[in-house]
Amino acid sequence: MMLPVQAPGVFTGGANVIAVLILLAEFGMFRQALLRDQVRLYMAQSALISVLAVIVAAARHIPDLYVLAAVSAALKVVTIPLLLRRLLKETDPAGAPAGGADIAGSGGLGLASTILLAIVVAAFGFFSASRLGIRAVAAPITALSVSVSVVLVAFVLMIHRRDVASQAIGLFSLENGISLAALVVAASLPLILEVALLFDLLLAVVVFGLLIRQHHGRARSMSTADLTRLRG
Amino acid sequence: MSVIAALLLIIPFAAALAASAAPARAAQAISAVAGLASFGLVLALIPDASGRGATYFGFVRVDALSVVFLLATSFLYAAVAVYSIGYLRNGRDQEAFFTGYVRRFCLGLNLFAWSMLAAPLMSNLALLWVAVEVTTVISALLVAIEGTDHAAEAAWKYILIASAGLSLALLGTIFMYYAGAQVLGQHYSMAFAPLLHAAGHLPVTPVRMAFVLAVLGFGTKVGLFPVHTWLPDAHSEAPTPVSALLSGSLLAVSFYAILRYYQVAVGALGPRFPRDVLLVFGVASLLLAALYLLDQRDYKRLLAYSSVEHMGILAIGVSFGAPVALAGVLLHVLAHAAAKGNAFMGSGVLLRKFGSKEISAVRGGLDLLPWSGPLFLAAILALCAMPPFGIFRSEFEIVTGGLAASRNLPAVILVVGVTVAFLGLALAANRMLLTPARQVNPVRQADLARQAAPAHLTRGEPSAWMVVPLAVGLVALLVLGLHPPGELTGLLARAVAQLGSPA
Repeated sequence: MMLPVQAPGVFTGGANVIAVLILLAEFGMFRQALLRDQVRLYMAQSALISVLAVIVAAARHIPDLYVLAAVSAALKVVTIPLLLRRLLKETDPAGAPAGGADIAGSGGLGLASTILLAIVVAAFGFFSASRLGIRAVAAPITALSVSVSVVLVAFVLMIHRRDVASQAIGLFSLENGISLAALVVAASLPLILEVALLFDLLLAVVVFGLLIRQHHGRARSMSTADLTRLRG
Repeated sequence: MSVIAALLLIIPFAAALAASAAPARAAQAISAVAGLASFGLVLALIPDASGRGATYFGFVRVDALSVVFLLATSFLYAAVAVYSIGYLRNGRDQEAFFTGYVRRFCLGLNLFAWSMLAAPLMSNLALLWVAVEVTTVISALLVAIEGTDHAAEAAWKYILIASAGLSLALLGTIFMYYAGAQVLGQHYSMAFAPLLHAAGHLPVTPVRMAFVLAVLGFGTKVGLFPVHTWLPDAHSEAPTPVSALLSGSLLAVSFYAILRYYQVAVGALGPRFPRDVLLVFGVASLLLAALYLLDQRDYKRLLAYSSVEHMGILAIGVSFGAPVALAGVLLHVLAHAAAKGNAFMGSGVLLRKFGSKEISAVRGGLDLLPWSGPLFLAAILALCAMPPFGIFRSEFEIVTGGLAASRNLPAVILVVGVTVAFLGLALAANRMLLTPARQVNPVRQADLARQAAPAHLTRGEPSAWMVVPLAVGLVALLVLGLHPPGELTGLLARAVAQLGSPA
């Protein structure tokens, strides 16, 4: 039996568009050859999350979400990219432009096959999440399905990449996917907890930065090629 | 009790700050005092820790189950802090470098212990997740602290895999919030007690999702197969006191997080589904680890795989569900902390003595190490679940519970897996400790001579500070195995009641 198709309202449509843009940003990370550009894409993706938070706050009258959007933007659009850029500048080869180092190597699968794989897992995530029977409270339920896709694609990205910096950025973008899911199903999560989660992310970024710097100091590159000695 | 809980959150943190600015000796002394004080505080919590739990300051919650895990963590914290005095004294020469290293080490050690003590104290599932994530980032820095290539590799694998796993646990946390908000309203704060109270009315699918994601996510930190891959690397490359804490406390604290989700899941879904999930992960972990134990060349990796084995046993024990099995599981948490802590601390003495982590480089341990040799051997036997040690009692209870719950096949698998693991551990220990030193292959001995190690190879202990915690750990294992004190059995019984029946 066919159900009559209803045109989505402005809020639903807008929220869905932003969710899809977040997924596209995740896919975009695959094609970036420069770490600098990947950081830029992460910034854009984080900014989209904040925009979505503002939209949900306005449409659903959850004033806490304005604060969350502001804190999230301050951390994920400003502070974390700043830290990452400084790290990239420090670890750049002499003479190269800031963050201009190529992403070293790639996985066993070629880029095209990896993207195909990412599309498959994204579709899997999208359709399986929509079958969960979860009634969204704040944002449209499609956004939840998209967020599951973002998480799965981020996993593919982290597996595909063979350098420590873009593996870390892949992990942070995975966290963006979870933020998207949280906006849909847990929009009213108390602000204090959301902020605790964000500062936890900041702590993780700092520690990732320390370890990346240590790795670069020893290996003189970002590549994970020599991180394969421990076995058994 | 609120004062004790507050002090548990303040003392290790203050010790970390103080140690980061103190001279080397003072930093070590501060850590040791903080560890012993924490253990004393947790002991004081035991009599009042009830099954219903009590909440303080809005975000701290103490109940019988959390005190069991606090006990394991604080015991190892104290033991390891004292042990580090000896471990760090022998390691380095240059004074200025040594002071900096000790400060960083003590800062990290105390913060690590602080985060592990904080996790079971959180009254709120989101804060529990935050605390577990904090344990990850701090311990990753501690794994990397030696600055070698291998340490850097292990730390990177650890933080990347564990953080990715914990992201899944965060997703599970969000689904659990959604489930709770359906019943408790949109301004529900994720506090654990009301969630458990309402468990019977929660929507089924989100809880099921949340439970599986939590088992997979926190299971990454527990070291459950197939997401255990960071564990042997991190345990073997970390400084030995940190390895002991990682294995004895960190894995248990992450398991505690799973148990909290298990409680809610049993209330919402009935016991069948959560137990089956844990059974699958537990059996896979136990079997894989038992096989890996048979063929290890590095004795710290050997102990790391033994941790995977024991975490598998914990998961299987919970999946049996019978009260006697649950009592065994909680006793196992304590006994494993003492035994694995002892085994790692003993391995640290071997490392200082022989200068190598290779099993083949260590011979005649019992002759050369008059005290820690036998103590290490006792720890290995305890890990193999030999009587009269605590793990024998706990595994016996788990198997009894499995048979009582008519879970015959898993109980048989458990016994077989433990026996295979016994074989692997006993063979390695035999080679390292009982083979006389003079039977070392001459070629191998020449190798050792070139590594400038022979000066150490006279009979004697590297440091008394490294022996005392081992002796105390052995006493604890004997007490747990022969006659657990009444206070403790009371605590375990209250915690079992919590796990067995949703409030």
